[in-house]
Amino acid sequence: MRLASARRALTAPAMALSVSLIIASVALLVSGHNPLRAYQAMWANVDGADGFVTVLNYGGRYYVMGCAVALGFKMNLFNIGANGQYQVGALFAGAVGGALHLPGPINIFIMVLVACAASSAWAFIPGVLNVTRRVNVVVATIMMNGVAAGLIGYLLRTKFRDKADVMTAHTRTIAENSRIPSLNRLLRLVGYHLPSNTFLQGYLVISVLVGVAFYVLIYRSRFGFDLRASGLNAAAARSSGVDPKRMVLTTMALSGALAGLAAMSVLLSEQYEYGDRFPALLGFTGITVALLGRNSPGGIAASAFVVAAIEQGSRGLVTVDIPQEIGQILQGTLLVAAVISYEVVRRRSQAATIREAARRTAVPVPGAAVVA
Amino acid sequence: MSPPPPAIELRDIVKRFPGVVANNGVNLTVRPATIHAIVGENGAGKSTLMKTLYGAHRPDEGTVEVDGVEQHFRSPRDAIAVGIGMVFQHFMLADNLTVWENVVLGQEPGSSLRLNRNEARRRLSELSTRYGLHVDPDAVIGDLGVGSRQRVEILKVLYRGARIIILDEPTAVLVPQEVEELFASLRELVASGSTVIFISHKLDEVLSVADAITVIRQGKTVAEVHDPSTVTARQLAEMMVGSELPKPTTGASTVRDEKALVVSNLTLRDGTRAILDDVCLEARQGEIVGIAGVEGNGQTELLECILGVQAATSGRIELGGLDMSGVGTRVRREQGLGYIPEDRHHDGLMLSAPLWENAALGHQTQTPAAKGAWIDRVGLRRHTDKIVQDFDVRTPGVDVAAYALSGGNQQKLIVGREMTAAPKVLIAAHPTRGIDVGAQAAVWESLRVARAEGLGVLLVSADLDELIGLSDRLLVILRGRIVATLDPQTITPAELGSYMTGAHAGVAA
Repeated sequence: MRLASARRALTAPAMALSVSLIIASVALLVSGHNPLRAYQAMWANVDGADGFVTVLNYGGRYYVMGCAVALGFKMNLFNIGANGQYQVGALFAGAVGGALHLPGPINIFIMVLVACAASSAWAFIPGVLNVTRRVNVVVATIMMNGVAAGLIGYLLRTKFRDKADVMTAHTRTIAENSRIPSLNRLLRLVGYHLPSNTFLQGYLVISVLVGVAFYVLIYRSRFGFDLRASGLNAAAARSSGVDPKRMVLTTMALSGALAGLAAMSVLLSEQYEYGDRFPALLGFTGITVALLGRNSPGGIAASAFVVAAIEQGSRGLVTVDIPQEIGQILQGTLLVAAVISYEVVRRRSQAATIREAARRTAVPVPGAAVVA
Repeated sequence: MSPPPPAIELRDIVKRFPGVVANNGVNLTVRPATIHAIVGENGAGKSTLMKTLYGAHRPDEGTVEVDGVEQHFRSPRDAIAVGIGMVFQHFMLADNLTVWENVVLGQEPGSSLRLNRNEARRRLSELSTRYGLHVDPDAVIGDLGVGSRQRVEILKVLYRGARIIILDEPTAVLVPQEVEELFASLRELVASGSTVIFISHKLDEVLSVADAITVIRQGKTVAEVHDPSTVTARQLAEMMVGSELPKPTTGASTVRDEKALVVSNLTLRDGTRAILDDVCLEARQGEIVGIAGVEGNGQTELLECILGVQAATSGRIELGGLDMSGVGTRVRREQGLGYIPEDRHHDGLMLSAPLWENAALGHQTQTPAAKGAWIDRVGLRRHTDKIVQDFDVRTPGVDVAAYALSGGNQQKLIVGREMTAAPKVLIAAHPTRGIDVGAQAAVWESLRVARAEGLGVLLVSADLDELIGLSDRLLVILRGRIVATLDPQTITPAELGSYMTGAHAGVAA
């Protein structure tokens, strides 16, 4: 039983991966490149300590963002605005963190709090619009992305700008003691030496904690039950006592807060300031990761690292003169193929479950053989 | 000259579903150009049989012949190709389109780029005059009444070339005059050579319109009546039910003085229309109060207002003496309000979730489902095992998804879930709809036991025998108003029926 369900769980991703590899290969062949050389170059860039650590760092970040989006997806709430939310959070956290000169850990704690609160507030607005004015969540969150871009552009060039830098716009750089330390020292203690200039981000620990918290919240808590019930059958959830409005508001706020937390991997572990160099599309990567991972804690982890690996791999394509965009084709087709194959497998396994249940509970009919 | 082959000939049809053999050797012979009625109790296998006949599923055994030719339908498309059309109980019409648009939808005349409106209108009016199905082709469906919508549905299947028309409980939603009009149209259809198969459990109607009757019980054909003038409604009912079957009864009164549920001056408006109009009722502890009414007269909304998922325009609801107006569903349920929904798929179950999670639905804040802020998975599984045992839910286990169960077993799970939570007040809509006779008796028994322990029940049911048999008091609801209070000891189903349609309302009011 358990083996069968594991096989079922792996069939869909395997199907999706093969299909997307075939399509990407066709794209490569059509544009006159050797697919095998491309995949070799991609693998070469992931293989090795440097590439591997980059995959882990980015994967950890995508994981938290994936959880942010998946939280909404679990109750059929499509928070497409994680992108605007994390940037608002990162901007405010960067501005606060750059201005404060408190002891490091306290400063980090305050920045994380500010990021979560600001992102959460930004996500809360479409939630309020939805429950009070019945504005569609997808539309509202997408539009809030645009509003966020405008607001950030304005604040970054006025109030929050580091006046010392006249060339590029960014917030003041966060003090050294207020950054999340890398795990390199810890690795050295256990006898593992990373090459210089390669840092395994301490943020990875936060990602793991988020994963555990996500699982416990969704699958073990009463709140999670209400959340999943709302996603599985909104009317039934309502009759069971779930207040749908409060559920939308809470979930949007939590989803936004997680998006803000995801942005901290960049702010506190990589760039130490919010500015024009800050990654601009993390929220959309989060959507990809959540969809690929079927909104389950384990699935999101797998897809986060797969996406990070494809990205890191495609950075190696320059060395063999193949356009990096092949990585995007691979990611895009992977997503489409995954959504389709999940649905195919879901239908098959549903039919199989019904047949199996019918066989095991069938009432024997006098005079007629029960067909197994 | 040999007689023409039967329009429909079904032989030894067997169809199994999880845990249930819905059809277990059904035979049916329908002569061409007749109105043939199929009668049977809820859950007797009528709708399963009809699905076989119009190609919605394939029978496990048996043969289907149409006009003497054996057919193997893979989909309703195959059935319509040989002239079999189905008119469902629940209309499938687009409210914002006109009558003719709905009729031609999917079969539009003209080229693929241009719709020939005049051709469509012409063919539609030709059909409607020929069969006396009067309806304005340019009216918008949303503005039409139930009777007109039904005529549109019939025109739809005629437009698609159906010569054999199946109607599933067509009179359930109609008022008496509309029923007469419908029957006139059906006779018109038959006179021009079409064949009508008519599913119903309203025996007086069946006797007045049918040329032949087939009675189905527990998935089997138990009687064929070739001349309806030779049988009475009572005889038909006996064939349908079988003499050995349990009857819903509750025995001596257990009504106490304490009020379990009080609804006062409850009004619900949709715009200017009153869906519920100043409803006042109460159920005491140990009392079952039945609500009788033709579907769509406000029963659904009444239960939704009591449950708190629908906000009433005005009025007051009390549970166990506590005012619940303005209080959410969760608090009401924690106060001991149990709920058996009208449509288990709509708001009774999470179909893709395992049984043990479904067993928590509605009780997820209380033991055994919860421990503090957490879901008690171990306790919940054990509890679900008990429900499965006590309520005879046929399932391979509690980890299986709810969709894998048959409708009857899903219903038993819901009833088990609500009854094991020891509610103080239960609002139940059609608690035994679509479940087999044995399970029906078990549900009645559990209601009886809970009633004796002081449960107050508000029972909505379309099964009049169930209503009369179980209720301590009967209220009749018509167009959102309680129009009569009746004593189930003295009322007959026929009398109750006339109150429900308003024929008696003047006397009662």
